[in-house]
Amino acid sequence: MLRFIGHRLLIAIPTILLISVFVFLLQKLLPGDPVLALAGEDRNPEMLAFLREKYHLNDPIYVQYFNWIWNALQGDLGISLRTNQPVTTLIAQKLPVTIQLAVMALFFAVIIGIPAGILSAYKKGTWIDWVANIVALSGLSIPNFWLGIMMILLVSVNLGWLPASGYQPFTDDPLQSLKTMMMPAFVLGTGLAATLMRHTRSAMLGVLQSDYVRTARAKGLGERSVVVKHALRNALVPVVTVVTLLFGELLAGAVLTEQIFTIPGFGKLVVDAVFNRDYAVVQGIVLCTAIAFILMNILSDALYRVLNPKMSDQ
Amino acid sequence: MKKPTVLTLSAMLMLTAAPLFAADLKIGLAEDPDILDPDQSRTFVGRIVYASLCDKLVDITPDLEIIPMLATEWSWSEDNLTLTMKLRDDVTFQDGTPFDAEAVAYNINRSQTLEESRRKSEVASITGTNVVDPTTIEISVAQPDATLMAQFADRAGMMVSPTAAEAAGVDFGNAPVCAGPYSFTERVQQDRIVLTKFAEYYNADAYSFDTVTFLPIVDTTVRLANLRAGDVDMIERLAATDVASVSADDGLTMEQATSLGYQGLTVNVANGDKAQNPFGQDKLVRQALSLSIDREAVNQVVFEGAFAAGNQPWPPTSPWYNKDLPIPARDIEAAKAKLAEAGVESPTVEIQVSTDPVAQQVTQVIQAMAAEAGITVNVVAKEFATQLSQQTAGDYEISQIGWSGRVDPDGNIHQFVTCEGGINDAKYCNLEVDQLLNDARATNDTAARKALYDQATAILDEDLPLIYVYHQNWIWAMDAGVTGFAAYPDGMIRLAGVSKAE
Repeated sequence: MLRFIGHRLLIAIPTILLISVFVFLLQKLLPGDPVLALAGEDRNPEMLAFLREKYHLNDPIYVQYFNWIWNALQGDLGISLRTNQPVTTLIAQKLPVTIQLAVMALFFAVIIGIPAGILSAYKKGTWIDWVANIVALSGLSIPNFWLGIMMILLVSVNLGWLPASGYQPFTDDPLQSLKTMMMPAFVLGTGLAATLMRHTRSAMLGVLQSDYVRTARAKGLGERSVVVKHALRNALVPVVTVVTLLFGELLAGAVLTEQIFTIPGFGKLVVDAVFNRDYAVVQGIVLCTAIAFILMNILSDALYRVLNPKMSDQ
Repeated sequence: MKKPTVLTLSAMLMLTAAPLFAADLKIGLAEDPDILDPDQSRTFVGRIVYASLCDKLVDITPDLEIIPMLATEWSWSEDNLTLTMKLRDDVTFQDGTPFDAEAVAYNINRSQTLEESRRKSEVASITGTNVVDPTTIEISVAQPDATLMAQFADRAGMMVSPTAAEAAGVDFGNAPVCAGPYSFTERVQQDRIVLTKFAEYYNADAYSFDTVTFLPIVDTTVRLANLRAGDVDMIERLAATDVASVSADDGLTMEQATSLGYQGLTVNVANGDKAQNPFGQDKLVRQALSLSIDREAVNQVVFEGAFAAGNQPWPPTSPWYNKDLPIPARDIEAAKAKLAEAGVESPTVEIQVSTDPVAQQVTQVIQAMAAEAGITVNVVAKEFATQLSQQTAGDYEISQIGWSGRVDPDGNIHQFVTCEGGINDAKYCNLEVDQLLNDARATNDTAARKALYDQATAILDEDLPLIYVYHQNWIWAMDAGVTGFAAYPDGMIRLAGVSKAE
């Protein structure tokens, strides 16, 4: 297992380097001058020239890239053009927020999606299956931002149950933190729950028709034991893959959700950075996201092996 | 035993009857401010935070008159080359450093010499300072500069603590120390900025909140929802389309002021090859486009009448407005006649606009109006940073863009239309206009300045390198319990006299 993980980590290094080159170049292709975005209204020529010099934007692209990657290797991702804060500080500030949001959203997705998937597979063709499918389909089709605004209007403005937006760090006030994150996590989680439900359902359907399940039933095992112990465990392997992939979707979805609920997380940081052409921040975030993504994939591969020890040989 | 009980009860009743003043005021901002250093910052919302954090040498009234703040009185020398200012003697910075003439000299020097300073052009005319005594400073200028006092009424006049600025250098904005009624406590990027009341402030009694929290909430609908849910007490820049619903809500109140800025069309008249089109080359064609626009209708259709129609660099409510040039009525026949005179009956032009849906709506309305005069407008939406860079590079025909406005009229016109103007993206150049606008900078006589600006706007109204269309209104919405707020055309939130009943 350790050898496997070590091997995967080694492969990850060139992948990350490749991503960093790609992001760096792609960003330079964006129209719009970062210095102009930075100067805003007061865009007189001397200021622009000074800023260009200060942020080394006159250097050739490869020089800019090597400077950046060299500093990044030493843990320095540069400073934000907009606020002069180090990018690492910004990331350290925002990452826990988005992780909290992602974990809570995954929680909603899993507790809704997986049981609904099992149930609708088990009760295939009945009204339960239909209802679960309709709910899942709506979850997939309703846009996050619309659901978000509707939830704010209903839950915060009309009912006054939860704060409309904002963020409280978990370490400061756990209860308030959970309260502020509840709605955004739910909104973000519903879309994922629908995907999860569809995947669990089809995986379960496949497994429930397999020979070993029939054997288990023939042995006279209780239905509960057949479904949960025998069928679900195998059906979970593709579901774990989906959950890992969903993590990426979560980060993408978090962009919109964080915007609507004014959560100072990764998503909001990257959107603002792109619009302000805050190159250092965009690069830093993409690099971190890429690393997180790769780690998640390694984790899911490791999980397969836990769920299905037979895969260890492969 | 009966008597004390009654007494206690009545005391409790009195307590509940008396208005309880809340300790914290929460303000929803439309954006997250940039760096909180008056010398380095550039955002509008940053200035809203400064209004509570950093006092200025002078302030303005809602009618744009300059009034004392840290400076109690001032006068210009006979030749208009020396400004003498008397300062308050009871002011300390929030770190205990005394405020005096030395501090003013330090601040002016910092605005001029800090490498990252964004104030350089605003105080460029200053050649030196002379500390006469702790409460008197003389400021000398290279040539008469009528705009200087207005600069001191904004960021260039904000005094930062020399001790703190010296210690923090370019990172001063991470923990700013000024001489305002509230001091900086904490900031979480994109989340909140918290200020705490500064007890030693010279006019502390006028400020009733212990803390002020600024929360950037970008989406207008969500900002309003937060106000309705009671999560913030006040929001700035309410959407014009929400004005009706807020007016109908008993729990909320609203204040408005027409901004100092303008919104309109900048025409590329000489900025590279793209200027080679009928609109760039012939003022008659530009006049035709202007005549085809019903400015009041734009205001009604897009902003439900909440903004103000306009045709000059400053709004009709401004004391600088040229009354001889009222907002032109829409005249399709006249527009067609102008086109016929120019020999182009059905010209086509591309207007670039930012991706902001409201800005696009304005352009679409203009597109429909121009079509009736035979002008084909192609609307191209561009993300703002792209729009700006193409505009600077001259890669546009017409760009729909605005300006947030300055207290002194010079700030709304000089840099846009003078031949060497820093933001003259139209590359308009008319030596007569240059002369008038330079002369208007050089005299402190308001009536003489007004006459010069009137002459300049008359020429610009003929040449039309910029077609002004409307002026935004600053609209604040607040909880009905918040009282004492006064609307200013600079869009700032001044908290003196503002209180909140629970």
